[in-house]
Amino acid sequence: MIFTVVVHASPCQNAAPESALRFCKALLSAGHTLHRVFFYRDGVFNGNQLISSPPDELNTMRAWQALAEEHSIDLVICIAAAIRRGVLDSTEAKRYEQNQTNLAEKFNLSGLGQLVEACILSDRVITFGGQG
Amino acid sequence: MTSLHTLNQAPSNASLMQSCLSSLQPDDTLLLIEDGVYWLLDTHRAKFPIALNIKALRLDAQARGLLPLVPEVDLIEMDEFVHLSVTHDKIVSWF
Repeated sequence: MIFTVVVHASPCQNAAPESALRFCKALLSAGHTLHRVFFYRDGVFNGNQLISSPPDELNTMRAWQALAEEHSIDLVICIAAAIRRGVLDSTEAKRYEQNQTNLAEKFNLSGLGQLVEACILSDRVITFGGQG
Repeated sequence: MTSLHTLNQAPSNASLMQSCLSSLQPDDTLLLIEDGVYWLLDTHRAKFPIALNIKALRLDAQARGLLPLVPEVDLIEMDEFVHLSVTHDKIVSWF
């Protein structure tokens, strides 16, 4: 089956990003396809390159990067949610006249259309939620 | 049409569970994840309909020290979570 996973929570808010990561790994191990991971609302913080976890804790941003690297997963961050929370790539930093960027490699900023397309193309869509 | 419902909030958010229970259909499954596993404790569990098909993630129960307190039969692994999402038509996330 084709899956899309949606993440609504930041790594600091609750365990949802870690649950999503474990679910992604489990579905890939079972031979299913992961079409896209879409980060929405506070979930956009998963792509903040500056997140520096204590050494004995999981850095979910790096774990997403490793998953994307290993399985060629499309990691898409909602652009509108990201900009208002200060997660910027070079294009958006320039557009909003900011002199710094912090979008981690392997993540891409794009619109809600990417979520709609993923819902159409996927057999299952599952959301890992948070309050933010 | 069957649905897999996941719920990740502790019993302090009782209204969320109320909303979830009111939308459950007879063949649906409720999977407790993250802080939702606290609902498996006896005091909270008594509030569920007897016929409710309820599961919880073992890893999340273990991480919260609940393994000695919850029925073994209700606990599932991550690969079974994936399997449940395949065998149900839709996945509804309560959070």
